Amino acid sequence: MNSEMMNNLKENQSFLDFAYQLYKTMKTNEISLVYEGEVTQEITKTFTSLTEKNLAKNAESNMVQRKVFNVMVECLQNISKHADSLSEEDEERRGIVMVSKSDDSYNIITGNIVKNDKIPYLTKSLETVNNLDKDGLSELYKKQIKEGKISDKGGAGLGLIDIAKKTGSKMTYQLKTLSEDRSFFILTSTIQRN
Amino acid sequence: MEVIKIKGTDDTPNVIFDKENNTLEISGRSLPEDVSMFFDPILIWIDQYCESPNEKTVLNFKLEYFNTASSKVILDILLKFEELVEAGKSVIVKWHYHEDEEDMLEAGEEYADIVEIPFEYVIITD
Repeated sequence: MNSEMMNNLKENQSFLDFAYQLYKTMKTNEISLVYEGEVTQEITKTFTSLTEKNLAKNAESNMVQRKVFNVMVECLQNISKHADSLSEEDEERRGIVMVSKSDDSYNIITGNIVKNDKIPYLTKSLETVNNLDKDGLSELYKKQIKEGKISDKGGAGLGLIDIAKKTGSKMTYQLKTLSEDRSFFILTSTIQRN
Repeated sequence: MEVIKIKGTDDTPNVIFDKENNTLEISGRSLPEDVSMFFDPILIWIDQYCESPNEKTVLNFKLEYFNTASSKVILDILLKFEELVEAGKSVIVKWHYHEDEEDMLEAGEEYADIVEIPFEYVIITD
């Protein structure tokens, strides 16, 4: 066996190991959906209806189903409107999307590239909504819906407020520096099942 | 007046705006990517309607879900009808929701807080 063949075999084996590890991790954490790629309206529609069917099959309450659907739409449309790409030439808005289930909650985890100059505004928005209670969120929502305008990207500036209102729990987020001007932003939204 | 009748899809609502039959109704789900493209013709229709409205206007919302961009447009629609109220016309919003969907009821109540139009809340039973 020549060395090229040996390498191919090894690569193949490590890929199979990876696939099995991924499968095990997904099973253990009840991850029903993982995606990395461009996030378009078609993807949003497909994933939300897929998740909707899964939830109905699991006999989740209507309220939980609706909340998961709602939060997924806002998270995905946030990516398709606001995600940045790795370089200026690249226009694709990509991201990762993951839906997992635990005994008491569903987690919707999304990740996308963001330019570092947007980070202060992003983190300030997240801290603001995370520090408000239900009534405070309702007031902020009403203020923003009255004063805001639909942006040229089609957003209303209400997505994060809406996620916080619907989940009733704090969003967690992480930023990993990728380069001088870009980072990877990971957002976790949690919906309680009871 | 021309009748607007749009059948809903996975991401756009059913719309019936029919002046002659006094039916103004938006139902289903609304999460289009481009809300302006979908709703602009409806907003134009409403402007025309408000120039010579019916004696009594009942606006029905039977939405099961709408995204935040749509929520902004719904407010724009309501603000147009609010002007009718200010002009002394009779307008009422019937906000339909499923009993176990408190979020939808709350969404209606938030609109009712913002605009000066009487809201009636109707529980959907099916």
